[in-house]
Amino acid sequence: MTVITRPKAKPADAIKDASMAKQKAMMAAHYDRLSDAPETGQKVAATFVPGNLNELIMCFDMVNNLPEVNAIQNGLRRTSGSYVMEAEKLGHSEDVCTYVKSDIGMMARGNIGPNGRKLPNPDVLLLSYTGCFTFMKWFELLRREYGCETIMFQTPYMADGKITPDMIAYMVKQLKQDVIPKLEKVSGVKFDIDRLREYLKKSAVAEDDLVKVLQSAKHKPSPIDAYFGGIYYIGPIFGAFRGTDEAIDYYRFLREEVDQRIREGKGPVTPDGDMGKERYRLVVEGPPNYTNFRQFWKMFYDEGAVVVASSYTKVGGTYDFGFRHNPDKPLESLAEYCLNVYTNRNLPMRVDMLENYVNEYEADGLLINSIKSCNSFSAGQLLMMREVEKRTGKPAAFIETDLVDPRYFSAANVKNRLESYFQMIEQKRGGLRGAA
Amino acid sequence: MRTFIGIDLGSTTTKAVLLDENQDVIGRGITNSRSNYGTAARVASEEARVDGRFTLFRRALHADDPSNLRAQEFLGALERNFRLVQFLEQLDDLEETCIGQLQTARFAAVADKMREALFEVFSRLKAEAPQLYAPGAKRKSDFFRDIAGSRFHVYAEEVAKESNVPHEILLNAYDKSIIEVENRPPSGDLSDKFRRAMARVIEHDAHITDGTRDLTTMIENTLGIELEETYLVGTGYGRVTLPFSKEHIRSEILCHGLGAHMMYPKTRTVLDIGGQDTKGIQIDEHGIVENFQMNDRCAAGCGRYLGYIADEMNMGLHELGPLAMQSNKPARINSTCTVFAGAELRDRLSLGEKREDILAGLHRAIILRAISIISRSGGVTDEFTFTGGVAKNEAAVRELRKLLKENYGDVTININPDSIYTGALGASEFARRAVVS
Repeated sequence: MTVITRPKAKPADAIKDASMAKQKAMMAAHYDRLSDAPETGQKVAATFVPGNLNELIMCFDMVNNLPEVNAIQNGLRRTSGSYVMEAEKLGHSEDVCTYVKSDIGMMARGNIGPNGRKLPNPDVLLLSYTGCFTFMKWFELLRREYGCETIMFQTPYMADGKITPDMIAYMVKQLKQDVIPKLEKVSGVKFDIDRLREYLKKSAVAEDDLVKVLQSAKHKPSPIDAYFGGIYYIGPIFGAFRGTDEAIDYYRFLREEVDQRIREGKGPVTPDGDMGKERYRLVVEGPPNYTNFRQFWKMFYDEGAVVVASSYTKVGGTYDFGFRHNPDKPLESLAEYCLNVYTNRNLPMRVDMLENYVNEYEADGLLINSIKSCNSFSAGQLLMMREVEKRTGKPAAFIETDLVDPRYFSAANVKNRLESYFQMIEQKRGGLRGAA
Repeated sequence: MRTFIGIDLGSTTTKAVLLDENQDVIGRGITNSRSNYGTAARVASEEARVDGRFTLFRRALHADDPSNLRAQEFLGALERNFRLVQFLEQLDDLEETCIGQLQTARFAAVADKMREALFEVFSRLKAEAPQLYAPGAKRKSDFFRDIAGSRFHVYAEEVAKESNVPHEILLNAYDKSIIEVENRPPSGDLSDKFRRAMARVIEHDAHITDGTRDLTTMIENTLGIELEETYLVGTGYGRVTLPFSKEHIRSEILCHGLGAHMMYPKTRTVLDIGGQDTKGIQIDEHGIVENFQMNDRCAAGCGRYLGYIADEMNMGLHELGPLAMQSNKPARINSTCTVFAGAELRDRLSLGEKREDILAGLHRAIILRAISIISRSGGVTDEFTFTGGVAKNEAAVRELRKLLKENYGDVTININPDSIYTGALGASEFARRAVVS
């Protein structure tokens, strides 16, 4: 019997490249800005990642606070589990989105943010993307808690697979008649469209670099992991930094780092260092699990699996099909940005996008990580899987986890499915010969 | 001869299949997984080698010829005696281990009385053993733990009364020892056990060993054939806990797919209901997996569920199916939650529902859940192969046939008597392919 015992070493500290360290510092600075808000007098807008209007918020000297990002941070720091249970004690059902429950639980425990300091109460709740019904309910809860101004900016669903002039007009009208006047009222700052143009110009510069970074995964080996690594990359642009010089600097820095990796023929950086040989190239649909993020990622890189494209990195906006914020059409481009959010696309559009990714990035197949408590992502995923499988002829697989509820991450089950999937790809590649 | 071993380390049982170079199954072995996969893997592969020896004996005697009754009778006797030899050996080990326990502080006060009591219990167990392996005798289980355990309980109670030793202390000594015995890897020379079994046959069943010399020579010649373990592949939930290197591990989904293909080459959809998971697998004409789905996070409706129900009803796992088959009016049960199963059962019994009707309803609920998993994996394509321990349960099979017919029309349904070995069979073929391309 062949006996090779693997050493059981304690996991080392995660290895991060320079851009990750830079990103981490930016996020920390943002949290400090939030915690300092009561002293600095800066007003706070709570808003969501999909379709967030950071450039507009900045026009009113406000700082944004993103509840999902707080939940993610709490997931990564392993505090979300107790927050989720806290929210359940308050009566929120087991099936409710765990981002919501983590947020509610965190509030119930004194609203201490991931930086260990109290998060400020919001001055306004700005709901700029309504495709996720839960977001509305979430803000209703927060409104009850804080009693502050609430703005519901409705984004029409792309049911017919296209953006029409009417949709844009409808959204611009809301911006002019409702969103902007309310933000002026809350902040006491008069809206200046030229200031918005300046921010949007900066957004477009950073967006160009982000797209180049994400598309670098077309190289073989891919210098990045567009899912696990991708989550670091989207942090600043989907968060509080779009439209700032810091974002421009970060994405330029990141792009140069990635270009360097391509020149050196290197694969992605993982928490255990440079990834070994690239064996499988995957497209992943759906958000990741955050409570066991590193363990989850390890299941991929240990097997030489790299994610070359993911839908999740488009959740705050889709740039790779050409959209950029446009200073010449400021309000229209904000509308278009919101409409382009991945989960605002109808199922045929999502299928087209995933099919395109499998082909363009020469992936071995599609993997779906279905999230127990996220309806806006999970609905229709099996159907999407079948369709992409049929169109590309590449094998697909389905795993199930949750966002930030550790109870729904079953490592053995996920690993079992992933390993089966990788072996399935191997088998398919070699036909009968590869079946050994 | 070169042999290839596939081991399927399931949550309940561990299975091994021994394959030869011509892709023929030489032997199969099964044991309880006993939360020690290392030992379970060794026991199962030893059992497969034992079975492999019998295959070689059968070939040597041309016993597969149905008219060759004499050879069949002889092999039957040899097997019974072999099992008896094995049983007695393990019984000795158990006795020794129980006696060893007496040195611990726990038993110190009653050590002398206990020694006598244990001696008495084991004497009775040994005296009874030949009857357990007599022709036509039925055993409730093939696992030492189950047989020895149930009989020990009976004799311990008798002896406790007679010798005034507390019954619980005797049971306690057994409980502590059986785990140790079970987790000890198989010992002793296998060939030697065959020789001892042969000696018993000659001694006790002389009428079937006329021409003893020929048979003894055959046994010796066959034992002379070395069963070389050329390559091994492990699969199943325990695979990662075993010290196999990566190239010796295959996913159980791939193994089940390939195993089902080997049993029935026209298989396109496989349903496997094991101890802790239910898998729906789609395979192509080469046995390569196209897609799969399995239960997530919750083992509702899997084999363990039936095990739990059996415990609740104080029945053997194998008795559930036959009882459910007696039902004419299955209860409507939708929940397959293992944790709630006991409550559901008691609730219905208290309402006066019949045991067989409740059981039939429970079987249907399991299959309903399996059907949902299959449909998520892509539905049913002819032919359909049902594998895993639950495929042995006739009531589950009956419900499956009904539901497949309702949902997919006429589909060929394959259930192999050795379906529990499907994963191990696939693994053994992967082992063969790793060497013979």
